Amino acid sequence: MLELSALELSSAIRAGKLSATEAVSAYIGAVERTDGQLNAFISLGKERAMARAKAVQQLVGGGKPTPLTGVPIAIKDNISTAGTATTCASKMLDGYNPVFNATIVDKLERAGMIVIGKLNMDEFAMGGSSETGAFGPVRNPWDVSRVAGGSSGGSAAAAAAREIPLSIGSDTGGSIRQPCAFCGVTGVKPTYGAVSRYGLIAYASSLDQIGPIGNNIDDCAALLSVISGPDDQDSTCVINNPFDFSGARFERLDGVKIGLPRNYFADGIDEDVKRAVLAAAKEFEEAGASVEEFDMPLMEYMVPAYYIIACAEASSNLSRYDGLKYGYRSDKANTLSEVYRLSRSEGFGLEVKRRIMLGSFVLSSGYYDAYYKKALQIRALIKDAYSGLFERFDMILSPVAPTTAYKLGENIDDPMKMYMGDIYTVSVNLAGLPAVSLPCGFDGQGLPVGFQLIGDAFAEEKLIGAARVYQRRTDHHTKRPGGAA
Amino acid sequence: MTIDDGLIAYLEDLSCLTLVDDEKRRLKGDLREILSGMERLGELDTENVPERSHPFDNANAFREDEVHASFDRELILKNAPDLSDEMFIAPKTVE
Repeated sequence: MLELSALELSSAIRAGKLSATEAVSAYIGAVERTDGQLNAFISLGKERAMARAKAVQQLVGGGKPTPLTGVPIAIKDNISTAGTATTCASKMLDGYNPVFNATIVDKLERAGMIVIGKLNMDEFAMGGSSETGAFGPVRNPWDVSRVAGGSSGGSAAAAAAREIPLSIGSDTGGSIRQPCAFCGVTGVKPTYGAVSRYGLIAYASSLDQIGPIGNNIDDCAALLSVISGPDDQDSTCVINNPFDFSGARFERLDGVKIGLPRNYFADGIDEDVKRAVLAAAKEFEEAGASVEEFDMPLMEYMVPAYYIIACAEASSNLSRYDGLKYGYRSDKANTLSEVYRLSRSEGFGLEVKRRIMLGSFVLSSGYYDAYYKKALQIRALIKDAYSGLFERFDMILSPVAPTTAYKLGENIDDPMKMYMGDIYTVSVNLAGLPAVSLPCGFDGQGLPVGFQLIGDAFAEEKLIGAARVYQRRTDHHTKRPGGAA
Repeated sequence: MTIDDGLIAYLEDLSCLTLVDDEKRRLKGDLREILSGMERLGELDTENVPERSHPFDNANAFREDEVHASFDRELILKNAPDLSDEMFIAPKTVE
């Protein structure tokens, strides 16, 4: 059962060949067997999931089943689930139980899906390796001495290890796409405004977006259809209707124009990554697409502009953690000022403090114009540059990360090196664009390599269509850790 | 730019944080390196480029002014580290 795709699993449940309770029980068993090693889960809601599976099973015969009815799912732990702990992998949210569901959680439940647990991540989604969380690092299922990527490392590792058929992540600067690349799974970072952020605990509000992670693009597309759509609770969720990808089924890609950013392949990229991503470009050519090289403008300014904006927004968003209303409170504080300062100082980890302080700096008097204002202007230039590119191309094909998964602890003390690992992903968030992350082979050490297809705003259907063609022609996404296909 | 103890103390105040010595030492070095990497933005001429704080040019989203049920007060208060009846408890702020 664990080898079925999410869509196949739901079909089997709807056809009466399997029950939702059997599916949930099998996946909980898988988590219990393997997660001691991977640490992809922060919490597992066994009893709640089994009770919910029984309720879903009763509806299977009647009601309105959906293509994902009965499918177990797990959610990154920065997404609010009513009555169950939501920690952001931080001591700061110790003991916090949201009183409401994120909109996407309600949507999953309405679609008949069953949430079985919450997934590990970098603390407050700040990191690229899932090592900064308070509950220990996530380990990569392909090599447990290596990172799973981040910040949605738990979401990607759990899907890769078949602890769950589908998961939910969030992407602020690459946090869905890069762990997918490191763990050899498929993910989608939707257009900003396609999926409600209500109940997503904010890191950088103008960049954050929730998206699906799974073992193939069809499962991810089905899940994106479920979670997308307008929401009265999020006025930035500007999409008019949920996505419908049923029409995006092509045999070939004749006439599709793909841009390949030449300078992304010049310096600082591993040879094995370059080879695998260029082979993916070749595959698209063979499927009928035209692939044309171009120079991506502003490449050297993307990471600095991103970190200035993300940290500025983070310093504001995280000012809400005051030790009074919810979460961690220092027991050493005697005055109100000490409650604030000591609770925050003891509750946040080092990377979160680093980003809050950096954000405070770039917003402070005397530095605002040189850093924050400048970064917002460069954001405008990056968005304009993409608009120009999408007049020439239907989509852009690029690496996700310059390397494959590195060793645990290798970059944790070198924040600049860690930040530069986001070179190919952050501009997509600055411009609010969609991108799919797909596995495209392995490096010399047997570690997965991923590439991304970036589209114009709300061009998800084109990206999903192209990704389907790619996965029909290749088998990288079918490979499993441990050598099993 | 110079990242000295004075600037770190200023940023601690702005951020409402009190760092331990080891954190101060590490952040001083990290901020020096990160900010020097960010200084390259100054190379780019952005005169007359408008600032973009959001991916899209959003207009206000209006809705009908309707009454909806709010969250249960007791449930919300359950998350508070310290409370009394319907109030959060904070240390005394007025002498």
